[in-house]
Amino acid sequence: MISLAGRDILHSWGKFVFTGFGLGLLIGVTLIMAGVYRGMVDDAKVLLDNSGADLWVVQKNTLGPYAESSSIYDDEWRGIQSMPGVERTANVTYLTMQVRHGDRDVRSMISGIAAGQPGQPGWPPYLINGRQITRGHYEAVADEATGFKVGDTLKIRRNQYTVVGLTRRMVSSNGDPMVFIPLKDAQEAQFLKDNDAILEQRRRNAQNPEFTQPGAPGLLDALNHSQTNNPYVNSVLVQVKKGYSPKEVAQSIEQWKRLTVYTRQDMEDILIGKMIATSAKQIGMFLAILAVVSAAIVAFIIYTLTLGKIREIAVLKLIGTRNRTIAGMILQQAIALGVIGFVVGKISATFGAPAFPKYVLLEPMDSAAGFVAVVIICILSSIIAIRAALKVDPAEAVGG
Amino acid sequence: MSGKGIRIEGLRKRYGSGDTAVDALKEVNMVVAPGEVVGLIGPSGSGKSTLLKCLGAVIEPSAGTMILGDETIYDKGWKVKDIRALRRDKIGFVFQAPYLIPFLDVTDNVALPPMLAGVANKEARNSALALLEALDVQHRAKAMPSQLSGGEQQRVAIARGLVNRPPVILADEPTAPLDSERALAVIKILNDMAKKFETAIIVVTHDEKIIPTFKRIYHIRDGVTYEEKGEGRAFDL
Ligand SMILES: Nc1ncnc2c1ncn2[C@@H]1O[C@H](COP(=O)(O)OP(=O)(O)OP(=O)(O)O)[C@@H](O)[C@H]1O
Ligand SMILES: [Mg+2]
Repeated sequence: MISLAGRDILHSWGKFVFTGFGLGLLIGVTLIMAGVYRGMVDDAKVLLDNSGADLWVVQKNTLGPYAESSSIYDDEWRGIQSMPGVERTANVTYLTMQVRHGDRDVRSMISGIAAGQPGQPGWPPYLINGRQITRGHYEAVADEATGFKVGDTLKIRRNQYTVVGLTRRMVSSNGDPMVFIPLKDAQEAQFLKDNDAILEQRRRNAQNPEFTQPGAPGLLDALNHSQTNNPYVNSVLVQVKKGYSPKEVAQSIEQWKRLTVYTRQDMEDILIGKMIATSAKQIGMFLAILAVVSAAIVAFIIYTLTLGKIREIAVLKLIGTRNRTIAGMILQQAIALGVIGFVVGKISATFGAPAFPKYVLLEPMDSAAGFVAVVIICILSSIIAIRAALKVDPAEAVGG
Repeated sequence: MSGKGIRIEGLRKRYGSGDTAVDALKEVNMVVAPGEVVGLIGPSGSGKSTLLKCLGAVIEPSAGTMILGDETIYDKGWKVKDIRALRRDKIGFVFQAPYLIPFLDVTDNVALPPMLAGVANKEARNSALALLEALDVQHRAKAMPSQLSGGEQQRVAIARGLVNRPPVILADEPTAPLDSERALAVIKILNDMAKKFETAIIVVTHDEKIIPTFKRIYHIRDGVTYEEKGEGRAFDL
């Protein structure tokens, strides 16, 4: 027996390739949507991996430092460092802002890293160009996605920084590329006010009788100084000694300090379960809509193709073709359409993904699941056409 | 093949029921011997297509008997289990419009009925090619139906009707779209095939050109058949 479906497809291949192409673009968008979600999850994991920390110590009862704001004193690390099981600690700050570069803005996450050496938590673990920060001020290491080059000058608040190194895949959980600068500079950047604001604050302090009591002459100066100084960081990153369980170390830090401590798993739950949960639902909605639209298109196309063949189907029935053969013909065509669509979709997703501004991670398993979904959708949408075909009366072929 | 031809006795067909019922066939009696080609002639609405549909096992009659070859296929109810296989193996159809399958080439259009019956592709194509040769269209064997002339399409359709060597061929206005020379050629082919394969053939027609060729003619009026001797003129092509 010859393949009736195959012959029909070869005969009207233009129609099939054309609709397969359209369907393919739709499937490509669907794969990209899934890839966007995977990319978000991956961004979050990469952020955690690259921070080099086992524990995140943050302000009590906050989900800091990424999902909520957190601020703790920048000398807390001393106490933490001396606790059993703690290998290394490092202060760190995070601040998402527009970084000025020439005449354009780049949205980035500025991370302040404590003086020290590479390998310390918070430091970019590897560079693709240039060197790490060596001076205490005004040097920056940027993710290549910012578009900066080694030697470029960029402006964060009022200060100019020189890019001394480039790193890769260092992104915030929003997918913004990171820029690393020395901790002191970052603390200042977080707190920095413009000169007018500082003058205004000093004027107000000086006019406030509580701060200018004759009995306490140094009070005003001390207040002014403390107000222009930022003794806070967002988090202390902790590396745990070998042989210690991060969970137990976290518990003992929480017990002795009035701080909240998260393990790597806690952090992942916060980032993936809370921060990107809404985006994930959004993407899920889109996936559902795209699946319905694809199904509607396949159903419509297969139904129209079948209606166009009613007379042939009547003849086939008249000369003794089984219903099973006719249903099989339509089913195979629907699946063929799905396969063409999937191939086009997979190719367009693979080539299109890098063009997206955020990281798109195309997981082979997602593609496999997508393929199965496409085939199932095609099978289900051919049901209407098959029902129409089975209802065709062979008497129609005999005519009046 | 199993050559007993067609025998129809007291066949009736009523469409619908109650007030709107139509008695399309009231009293049909017909005998067609193997190797014989008979004409079926009647005015519009007289029941010709209805008779072919009953005989072709496409619609169910209301009463009577139909015998194909040595098998009673209908006697107040279907007597065969697999009507589809009956249509495929025992009956060849030829229509006014050839209704070829547009996505199969000429050979496969003709080879399809044996393939559907489970014959191997190669064997089915060989019998198709043999028939195409007999009908003088073998040079178009690889063409698609849309590339054929009306007469060629009709001959391919006849080949498809004959390929399973059915004991019965039902042709509904097979010459309507053809000029008189081609129409006569088609009737000659049907006569030749009838003789060669012992097939009983019924040709429904209005066509004045071919009516004189039948040796026997059945007239049908208001669902009742009357037999008549035809001229049975020889073909002088
Ligand atoms: N499906 C049907 N339902 C009800 N009545 C029908 C149906 N098919 C045919 N008829 C009626 O049965 C009668 C015979 O119809 P039939 O089609 O057999 O005529 P015919 O001889 O083939 O006519 P024509 O030469 O115009 O094709 C007509 O009165 C027609 O209206
Ligand atoms: Mg008719």
